Amino acid sequence: MTRLQAVAAPLPHDSAELHVTGRARYVDDLPEPHDCLHAAVGQSTRAHARIVRMDLSRVAAAPGVVAVLTGADFPGLNQIGPVLLDEPALAQHSVDYHGQAVFAVAATTYELARRAVTLAEIVYEDLPAAIHLEDALAANLDLLPPYEMRRGDPEPALVRCAHQLEGSFRLGGQDHFYLEGQIALAIPGEDGGMDVHASTQHPTEVQHVVARCLGEIDAKVRVECRRMGGGFGGKETQANQIAAIAAVLARKTGRAVKFRLDRDVDMTLTGKRHDFRIDYRVGFDDEGRIEAITFDQAARGGCSADLTGAIADRAMFHADNAYFFPRVRIRSRRLKTHTVSNTAFRGFGGPQGMLGIEEVVDEIARHLGRDPLDVRRANFYGAAPRNLTPYHMEVEDFVLPELMDELEQSSGYRQRRAAIEAWNETSPILKRGIALTPVKFGISFTTSHLNQAGALIQLYTDGSVLLNHGGTEMGQGLYVKVQQIVAEELQIPTSLIRITAADTSKVPNTSPTAASSGTDMNGMAAQAAARTLKERLIAFAAEKHGVPPHLIVFQDGAILLGERRMSLRELAKEAWMARVQLSATGYYATPKIHYDRDQARGRPFYYFAYGAACCEAVIDTLTGENRILRADLLHDVGRSVNPAIDRGQVEGGFVQGLGWLTTEELWWTKEGALASHAPSTYKIPCASDLPRDFRVSIWERGRNQERSVHRSKAVGEPPLMLAIAAFQAIKDAIAQAAPGKGSPRLDAPATPERVLFSVKELRGRAAALDLARAAE
Amino acid sequence: MAAVRFTVNGTGVEVTDLHPTTTLLQYLRVHRRLTGTKEGCAEGDCGACTVVVGEWLDGRLRWRAVNACILFLPTLHGKAVLTVEGLADESQPLHPVQQAFVDHHAAQCGFCTPGFVMALVAHRLDPENGAHLATEDVIAGNLCRCTGYRPILDAAADAEPGGLEPAPPPALPDNDPMPDYHAAGGRFRMPRSGDELAACLEETPDATVLAGGTDIGLWVTKALRELDDLVWLGACTDLRRIEATHDGLRIGAAVRLHDVHPVLAEHWPELGELLRRFASMQIRQAATLLGNVLNASPIGDGSPAFLALGASLVLRKGERRRTVPLDAFFLAYRKTALEPGEFAEALVLPWPTDGQLFKAMKVSKRFDQDISAVMGAFRLTLADGLVQDVSLAFGGLAAIPKRSPSAEAALVGHALDEAAIEAACAGFRQDFQPIDDVRATAAYRLEAGQNLLRRLFLEVTKPADAPRILDLEIAA
Repeated sequence: MTRLQAVAAPLPHDSAELHVTGRARYVDDLPEPHDCLHAAVGQSTRAHARIVRMDLSRVAAAPGVVAVLTGADFPGLNQIGPVLLDEPALAQHSVDYHGQAVFAVAATTYELARRAVTLAEIVYEDLPAAIHLEDALAANLDLLPPYEMRRGDPEPALVRCAHQLEGSFRLGGQDHFYLEGQIALAIPGEDGGMDVHASTQHPTEVQHVVARCLGEIDAKVRVECRRMGGGFGGKETQANQIAAIAAVLARKTGRAVKFRLDRDVDMTLTGKRHDFRIDYRVGFDDEGRIEAITFDQAARGGCSADLTGAIADRAMFHADNAYFFPRVRIRSRRLKTHTVSNTAFRGFGGPQGMLGIEEVVDEIARHLGRDPLDVRRANFYGAAPRNLTPYHMEVEDFVLPELMDELEQSSGYRQRRAAIEAWNETSPILKRGIALTPVKFGISFTTSHLNQAGALIQLYTDGSVLLNHGGTEMGQGLYVKVQQIVAEELQIPTSLIRITAADTSKVPNTSPTAASSGTDMNGMAAQAAARTLKERLIAFAAEKHGVPPHLIVFQDGAILLGERRMSLRELAKEAWMARVQLSATGYYATPKIHYDRDQARGRPFYYFAYGAACCEAVIDTLTGENRILRADLLHDVGRSVNPAIDRGQVEGGFVQGLGWLTTEELWWTKEGALASHAPSTYKIPCASDLPRDFRVSIWERGRNQERSVHRSKAVGEPPLMLAIAAFQAIKDAIAQAAPGKGSPRLDAPATPERVLFSVKELRGRAAALDLARAAE
Repeated sequence: MAAVRFTVNGTGVEVTDLHPTTTLLQYLRVHRRLTGTKEGCAEGDCGACTVVVGEWLDGRLRWRAVNACILFLPTLHGKAVLTVEGLADESQPLHPVQQAFVDHHAAQCGFCTPGFVMALVAHRLDPENGAHLATEDVIAGNLCRCTGYRPILDAAADAEPGGLEPAPPPALPDNDPMPDYHAAGGRFRMPRSGDELAACLEETPDATVLAGGTDIGLWVTKALRELDDLVWLGACTDLRRIEATHDGLRIGAAVRLHDVHPVLAEHWPELGELLRRFASMQIRQAATLLGNVLNASPIGDGSPAFLALGASLVLRKGERRRTVPLDAFFLAYRKTALEPGEFAEALVLPWPTDGQLFKAMKVSKRFDQDISAVMGAFRLTLADGLVQDVSLAFGGLAAIPKRSPSAEAALVGHALDEAAIEAACAGFRQDFQPIDDVRATAAYRLEAGQNLLRRLFLEVTKPADAPRILDLEIAA
């Protein structure tokens, strides 16, 4: 008899059949309680203003309206901020962004609630507003104190370097565009209780915020989430407000209240990826090897702190990407603007920091006339002393040289670069470009206390198992992976393991399902719970059947007791009859990590995830239109718990990153209103944007050298940054519109407009240079 | 008429009390608790609400994928609606498309999945949906934020044949009076001919004329407008005709974009490619070609092309008909020459003449299912090396779709050379003062607009130098 192999099997998503049949229930699909009301919010029409007068009498009198709610009506605190109490659920006295929720209603139908909120009469007195990052920089509006990381003394060293460059560029934000908009259903219970079904990555925080807003103890609030229709970071803190408003309205009316955002409200009311401005100075040698570097990162935080502090920190933690800096100083400002508060988004600042250094390395290569890939390799982390990050962590698991070799070969990078350059000489209008870039992404919450997880396993007397843990399912396949880990541990088929919704009354004090940590942490906690249960059963069976514990083995659906064999069902029944507890909890805290924020020093990451991508782009120099023709991805997921799920994360992350860097553009009016607030105006990739030639591989040699669950590696976020290769390939194509004439200036996203003007600027610069040379 | 009658997954239903602007999606989710069909955007742009609608059309049974979120319920009168719940119940094996999605890991969060499945099912059910189309085109109207689409494309390619054959809708009796649905303060009339439509509008000139509803649907779902008097021309059989006449191709007001696509592509290949990128399959299966022209959007894809081709509209009010050239039809932002009570019967597209060149160039942030930042459509006839006749029309550059008279003047009578094109560019700069908005800045619109003229020059004189970016295929 062989062991049951649940881990490493490419099982389908646990809900796959429910998904394809439409039977998977999302919050809006749950049967509504009797007399359920529907909420809507009235939104600010000003970016920054004092509320002089607010007349809601027509709202209250509108058909179907049962209750009107303002910030003053909250039984507890009107505060939804996850870290600081600086963000009201409903604005009071003043508004801080165009689209901010000012009041809410509960009405008998969704349509009537939406109609009613249009009837408010609000008089504002405008205050000065900072809409864009530049406005905040000009006005010195810091949301949070600046922060600095430093190793060595780069400033004096810079001027002594053989080559120096400095530059500045901008990169845009991104809307999550999860297909299921934000939603919560609050059901009031007896004695102050409140049950909330929320589409959230962080049920515990929703619980805390709802309790805070209701003025109740946490224990009276229960939050449940079976699944989300996508999260991507957008439901880490942004679900708080939705649930809080639903719950306070439910308290006020004594009836269940559902609050579902339609797409426009979702996009104007909830936060997005931070846009950044990055300034750098870099000194390097003739090989392009960096000797000293400074970064000044400016993040647009929006109107409140939310998670901006940790996000801006992570941008700094990834300002090195895969490269060693002998001397480095990274400074970060977190700026306040009168726009929606920016929030977590897959990568959590990492993509912004990483795009920064990839831009610098590319500039160095173009300055020296070298292949950017060679400059990338020249700067790789290596043996001590070239293994220290800017935050003084030693990089111990650096697999990129091998992984990049493999991709360089399999993608045919060198031959294709030559072929592309030859082709471009024959093509005056279309230009192609190619780039191969690495990803090194730190795994663990940099807020160290969040690196803990809990799980609950219950064995029933028929041998079936109920599994619960603190992780949430947003499509990433966490639930099936944890199910596989438990199946492997108990040696039973996954069909006997019932997956259940994340529920604050089952596993408490959970961390958000974020930072790519879902499987690492919840998988370990569930494995620990399964082991506890197994050990208890083995101890019982040893005594009852007189078999030494080391001869009792769980294997392929059975328990072997020396020569004897019994089913889990039999053993469970026996144990229950003998009054042995059949439920167990498990707990996991990530080891080794620590970080001293004051000193900007420590080991914030348990390990690093790695990958690389080679992309080929084509641009039209008349219009700036661009396409990715081919992408080769090679990604390290360690030893995969589920290679099919992991591949889905790699591909999906890459395409999402591609959207961020190409077609997805957030655009605000002068008045500070977000004009790109629906799919008609905000363009995420569609099927034809997938590179026609798309070659994706999981790195076969991958193995986590840390003791992660089954030696796997986190995979949720890192692949998003593989798309930096696409951006750099577009930039390479622009450079080839004026070969040998300098480096293009290209901000992200690379929309047709930015690409066209980049081509124009580069050619203008080249022409001016030629004129100047001719004059000499 | 007391009830709207149609079938949902084979079961007959009657709607008697819902306001006529109730959408099919609201009906399915709220009133029938069929929650497999999702709302992702409520504007027909994400496809999560895709369902299949069957109808008898001129004796043929047609199955189409449509967006339920912007489809008004009375337009389903006499039709069959198939939702994801109708593909396979819990006791049945999965539909081959569903099974392929499971096998290829094509669903992650699963929220968009029913919409994708239904879009692909519709495509398989009816050969008139374009069996030759690439899957990317079939699902251009479906957004997925999780998978990156690769497994979805693989699932579509690998799905076994077969699957459900849905029951056709029951035929409606021919001799009923004109359906006139009243409920919840709203009225919805369904004239069956241009004559009946003309009569309706004589009676109530202020009624809203509804065609495919892919724009008007948003007035309700997005702008929360209350439309209480609608006259729908979708049942006017005579307005559904596409006729080859002496004057040109005559396209009736009720002709849907998808249905006119093949004939346009045959006579004007560039229009074929333009229509391929026009909105999405779901929208093209509902929206009419005339609706795209009549809503007078400055950024519609159709109007610049039809302007350049010298199209005209046949307008009718009561018994009066008049023909208005398209370049006299658009007056100002969203204002047209259409009088109250008047409607457009048809658009007439003159046949291409010998030697006529026609180019349509759409520039948008995303290639598929996007609205153009700049659109250029150019008709050109050269004789003895000189430009004899030219029409240069643009979208996205003014408050209306508009020709560039100064650019045209710079070309007529000249050889098509760089000097002439640069003179045309100068004319173009005089003719347009575009604005900044979410799709592009004014500066870009001006720059790209001129470059489209330069591209026209290259495509005519040195086509090998300037292939279109979407035509570029690189050998693996």
